[in-house]
Parts: sequence; C-alpha cells; structure tokens
Amino acid sequence: MNDHRGHARRVGDNVNTDYIIASTRKKETLDENVLKRYLFEAIDPAFAGSVRTGDVLVAGTNFGCGSAMEVAATVVLAAGIPIVLARSFARSFYRNAINNGLLPIECDTSDILEGDMISLSTDVAGTTILNERSGRRETRPPLDGIAGDILAAGGLVPYLRREGRFVRAEDSAS
Amino acid sequence: MTGQTISEKILSAKSGGSARAGDVVVCDVDLVLGTDASAPMAIGYFDRMGGTRVHDASRVVFALDHYSPPTSPATKGFHEQVRAFAAKHGVRVYEVGEGISHQIAVERGLARPGMLIVGADSHTVTCGATNAFATGVGSSDLAAAMLTGQLWFRVPQTVRVVLDGARPTGVAAKDVALAMVATLGADGAEYHALEFTGPGAAGFSFDDRLVLSNLAVEAGAKAAVWEADAVLGAHLAHFSDRGEPVAADRNARYAREVVFDLASLVPTVAAPHSPENAVPILRASGTPIHMVFLGTCTGGRVADYHEALAVLERGGGRVANGVQLVVTPASSEVERQLAADGTLGKLARMGATITMPGCGACCGTSGVVPGDGMNVLSTANRNFKARMGNATASIYLASPAACAAAALTGRITDPRSVGVA
Repeated sequence: MNDHRGHARRVGDNVNTDYIIASTRKKETLDENVLKRYLFEAIDPAFAGSVRTGDVLVAGTNFGCGSAMEVAATVVLAAGIPIVLARSFARSFYRNAINNGLLPIECDTSDILEGDMISLSTDVAGTTILNERSGRRETRPPLDGIAGDILAAGGLVPYLRREGRFVRAEDSAS
Repeated sequence: MTGQTISEKILSAKSGGSARAGDVVVCDVDLVLGTDASAPMAIGYFDRMGGTRVHDASRVVFALDHYSPPTSPATKGFHEQVRAFAAKHGVRVYEVGEGISHQIAVERGLARPGMLIVGADSHTVTCGATNAFATGVGSSDLAAAMLTGQLWFRVPQTVRVVLDGARPTGVAAKDVALAMVATLGADGAEYHALEFTGPGAAGFSFDDRLVLSNLAVEAGAKAAVWEADAVLGAHLAHFSDRGEPVAADRNARYAREVVFDLASLVPTVAAPHSPENAVPILRASGTPIHMVFLGTCTGGRVADYHEALAVLERGGGRVANGVQLVVTPASSEVERQLAADGTLGKLARMGATITMPGCGACCGTSGVVPGDGMNVLSTANRNFKARMGNATASIYLASPAACAAAALTGRITDPRSVGVA
C-alpha cells in the first residue's frame, strides 16, 4: 500500500465484528464475495449497496471488538476497502487485518465525516493521512517488527510461504 | 531490576528470553484450539501457506461447538471438512455435543498453569482461570500456529485487578464480571492483560473465575490470568499433569491497578446492545422478558444451573406464561452431571427447552432464535444487536439467578426478592 485516495465511509465507536458481518451469515458461507452483500447490515443496511472500490473505512474507538472471526477482515477487503482508519482497534481484528493485507491505521478520526476525500501517502517517516475537506493532516509511524514484515509481504500467507516461520528482525540480523 | 507479571513470565518462558511489556516475541504455543466456526477458514489458510503437516498435532484440538447440531448443508459441510483435516493430521476432534472449546479445555485438564494457549475464538481468554496465558486469535493465526508451532506476540502491559472485601450473598460472579466490564469500558483493557488478585480472590470458586476471565474480553483484554492458589489446586487435583504455576514478582510493573470493593456490588444487568451497559438490576426491573437463555461459556456450567434451579424452586417452580426457557449446557460433562443429580429433569418438568451442549443460541449459529421484538435475558457474554440471529430482538445479560427470576415473573426481577414474603 503506497499512495491512496478514497471516500471516507464512517462508522462509530465499538463496532464489533458481528456488526461488520453477522455470525449467522457466516454459517452459510465463508465466501467473502457473497458475504460482502451483508457488510454492516445490523447497523447500516444501506452500506453494502453503496460501498465503492477504494473507499476508506473510518471508525472511532475499539473497531472490530467482540468475536475474533476473520471474515470480518476479509469481507471488508472483498468490498473493495483497502484501508481502515480508527481511533483504536480491537487486537484480534488488528491482527486479522494485517494477516490479510488490509491496512489498519490508528489515528485521530474525530474530524472525518462520511464522504470526505481522504488521501494517504507513505514514505519512510510513515503514512500521512490528509482529510482534503478539513485540511487536517496526521502522520503515523510505519508498522514495525513482525507485523510490519507481514503487512509488507502482503499478508500472513505470503509471509509464511517466504519465511517458513516467524522471524524477528533482531534475530535475523544476528 | 523490575520484576515481571504473570503474563511476562509465561511469554518469557515460551519465547526463551526475557519478555517485557512492549517487546515483540515469538513463542512456542502449548495448546491450539479451533472450532467449527474458525477451523474451516484456518484449513484454507494452512493449505495456502503450503502446509503439509501440523507441527505438533498433540497440541492441537478442534471442538465442533458453534454448529451444534448443524442445521444446514453448509454447517454440516464445515464439520466434514474439519473432521477430514483432523483425521489426516492426527488432530483430536471433540464432536458435536461434547461442548464449547474452552470449556472442554478446562474441564479435561488441557489448560494448565503456565501454559500459552491460543484459540480461534475470542472467549479462549476463559482459560486464564487456570493460571495460563490464553488469548483469542483469528483463523490465519490459528493456521500459523498449527503449521509452525509458534506465534508472535507483543507482550502486553498488565492491569492488576484487585478483588477486595467480601461478596454479599446474592451477588454472583456474573454480577462482578459485568460490573468489571462497565468500570473498565468496552475498550478499557485493550491490548492489556488482566491479572486477578487481592484478598477477595479466594472467595471466587474456579467456575466463578472462568466467568471473570470470560467477560474480560468484553473490555478488550488480551488475556485474563488468575494466580495459582488452593482454589485452582482443587480443580487441578482431578488431573495427573497439573502444570507449572507462575506467580508475579512482588516488584512487577503494572500499567495500573483497579480495585473492586466486592461488598459494594449488587445484582447487575447489561442492557442492549453492549455488555458495558451494565446497571444495577433495580434500574432495569420490570422490563418484560420473553425468552430466558441459560447456557454458554459464561453461564452454562453445573453451578450456574444449580443457582438457577434454586431460584426457580424458591419461587414456586412455574415458568411464567409467555416465557420460553432455553437450557444449553456448556459441555456433555456438564449435561451428564446435571442429568445425574436431577437438575435437568426438574428444569424439563418446568417446561424448559433443553438443547444439545455447545454454543447454542448465543450467536445465532444453532439453537433457538428469538422472535421479532422479543426481549431476551441471557447468561451469555454478548448482547450485540442481532447477536442471537434477530436484529429486532433486545438482549439483556445477567446472572443465572437473575435469569431464573425473570423466568418466574416474565420480567427482569431482582433474584434476591424471589420467595421473600
């Protein structure tokens, strides 16, 4: 993930994974291209029909809390959303996102409104998030350690196919 | 030098180094738990990772608990997929009806002191009651743990939860747990481990501890570890392998300390649609209830049904008209004990719907789904909108005793008032 522009799709605080995709939907199929029709159905029934490829999901605190079910990450990706901005993430969703190549960025999302154009640019200093409407800009440091390596590899599958195991940078350097 | 918390010590031992809060470590995992809701996807990741063999099949267990029984061709297919993978790789499967993965782990002695346990189910944290570091992961991490025997972790800071004073009569572990979630908030323990301690801890039975560890994830906790003491020792006495107890150093560094004055707690209800919406039951009293659910990894153990039955009998033993009482034991072992001591028979004669052990109605994956507009009072851990499979239902959470009281009256009722003239 380098540079990206997309419209903000706004959700609130404490959005749990059942709200992202219901456990009852997951029992019929794990195919994210089918499940994406039900994305956020419990809290915003119109969401799945209006989401566009490249949209940026913008949440408040504790995004992805509750169940650790991984379809909550794969369905967001299947809907064409490559990035989630949140004030904070639940740890299981955060890991699942990274493992599937969905970029989670912790940042201040308080001034981002539905539909705002968000542009992201990444360099060695990290990722800069610009709200084009408000002009607010924030730079977040790059993900370090194994999480950063997994994300850079494109997810846990390509990472483990390449490495065969988990490798800490400080261990591989020695 | 600063000492270590229980979590830091376990992650140190499993990573072969010194693990301090904030460090990233790669650990050997002692127990890997998968379910029918998470293992099918994990098998897909495992195959795409190029997996040909499970690193150590003796450390991996699957439980067919979410779709118990399977109610569709798709869920039946998930079971067949899990069984086939398990047979190929020599992984033990706990079959449909044998129980919930983390309940099986504790009651069969698979979860023991000092262990590092990962489960592709967020309520794996329940196993922290055994003085283990137990945490929930997704399917891809489950696959990685099966493939490599390891997983990476950022060592969490620890919140020291001090249980102080004595619990009043009529205040259940569930009431303490709901108050804990409300006090911490839905994200109050995010990225943190909890460590339970304090003079009041000894007053919590092993089953009580499972309830507090279970609910800890509703405050975002990564793990919820109890100390190894005589209460845990009594539970472990049933097993030959009793693990390696881990104690925190006296000078361990904690992110913060939260003290619960147990004497001040009262029966509690979490209102829709979040477990953090916990309020004293008196503030919700009178709310009509149409379905009462006694079950799950929070409230589906033997002591829970005994508490519920005691309230039901004290109140005359008649379930109110218009209330469906659903009973789903957390495991076949719980079911066996309840059948043997007559509890299940008594509940059945009161009109309870008794279903196969497993997750049941908790997340709408099997069991009874509430009708449109119904209010449910449940011993479960989550009351998110649509959680039980109907977005128009409203779910309240409470103790087994409070659930039983509502079954008698058809409305939220302080269980302490039942049978009092």
